Amino acid sequence: MIKQLTRWTAVALVVTLPLSAQAHRAWMLPSTTILSGDNAWISVDAAISNDLFYFEHHPMVLEGIGKAPERPAGQNAAPARPRAANRLLITAPDGSEVPAQNGHVGKYRSVFDVELSQKGTYKLAVAGEPRYFARYKENGEDRRWMGNLADVGQAVPANAEDLQISQMESRMEVFVTSGEPTDSVFTPTGKGLELRPVTHPNDLFAEETAEFIFLLDGKPAAGVEVNVIPGGVRHRDNLNDITLTTDAEGKVAITWTEAGFWWLEAKITQEDGLKAPLNQRRVSYTATLEVMAP
Amino acid sequence: MKKWFLLSLATAITSVSAAEMEVSVEVPRLTVAEYHRPYVAIWIENADGHVADLSVWYDLKLRDREGEKWLKDMRQWWRRSGRSLELPVDGLSSATRPVGQHTLRFADDHPALAALEPGDYQLLVEAAREVGGRELVRLPFSWPVTEQVSHQGGGKTELGKVSLSIRP
Repeated sequence: MIKQLTRWTAVALVVTLPLSAQAHRAWMLPSTTILSGDNAWISVDAAISNDLFYFEHHPMVLEGIGKAPERPAGQNAAPARPRAANRLLITAPDGSEVPAQNGHVGKYRSVFDVELSQKGTYKLAVAGEPRYFARYKENGEDRRWMGNLADVGQAVPANAEDLQISQMESRMEVFVTSGEPTDSVFTPTGKGLELRPVTHPNDLFAEETAEFIFLLDGKPAAGVEVNVIPGGVRHRDNLNDITLTTDAEGKVAITWTEAGFWWLEAKITQEDGLKAPLNQRRVSYTATLEVMAP
Repeated sequence: MKKWFLLSLATAITSVSAAEMEVSVEVPRLTVAEYHRPYVAIWIENADGHVADLSVWYDLKLRDREGEKWLKDMRQWWRRSGRSLELPVDGLSSATRPVGQHTLRFADDHPALAALEPGDYQLLVEAAREVGGRELVRLPFSWPVTEQVSHQGGGKTELGKVSLSIRP
């Protein structure tokens, strides 16, 4: 029972912080990112795991896709958390929203299909509202809290020490192109970290250098830490990742060392200029990118 | 002097306008359990990238143009040109070809050659085979030529001999 509780607490944690790489990585893996012909479909795996890209830990539960696993009942069940379900938004080249089809949640992965009836670049995005997280000491013991910002005053006791209240935002994206790549889906929302391609994300080739600009709240952001990891981690000794930091123009240049699917994570922590009671803002952006053989 | 110059210039123009390109591509015989004829794309590039397509062989006869689904497996051609085309293209799209040497002739009035500026180029031949491999062969050439020039090359797996012959 204890074991189960721990497990479900872990799930809740992971699902609450799905994209912030707290030991686990959340990802979507499309069957392909470049399509020719008229009857274009992709199938996508969505999971939370350690190694990329193996579904071996938890499915990524997405609103309206399959049947979410039920929490175990009983007094030891994890408390319901005030979290919004992760919502997947699929945007077509013409800006319209496309539904995911054939959704299924399995033990280790969620799966869904997308029909690409238009030519051009589609975006699959999972980006929820900001989440709030408090960390403090009470009578010398570490405590954590998650919930609505409005409730933090009541939730955290008056004698809390080393109180840190964080706002966390995350965005996860996948780009897929049928026919010729287009740019319409790159219009930023202006919230959190976003990718502005210099090199189109569906035009990546091994041994070539791609350039991306990262935007924070719609503006190019310097000092964003960008880490890329090639998939296939299980079958080699080293992670073979590349870590870069955006320059004054918010830009990074990544030279792909091999072909395959890569996982990109960009993150930045902001501690200045935040509204009370926040003293930290952590923003992340992740994407699964396919790099073609030359 | 002037007359001679004009005369030689006229000769040069005549020879340019009579130019012809002959491309020969071998589809090799492969000992495999499941064989499908390869998709093949043949095109011209210069240092700046794609210049013109010469030919694309793919399965044109499948229902609902299902054969176009695998065009992206010729990944360099797809990137350089295919993805921006509305297929099929007259004079470009053609059926896949059997094992053997296939010779294509392009006269100077072919749109690809008519628009070809004098300079250094590469002929690219890319083959991709269902449940098989993919290979890209490049043959550098200059255009136009003053005398007949032949370039030989070839692949190791999905392509056999590839040759290019240019007549002035």
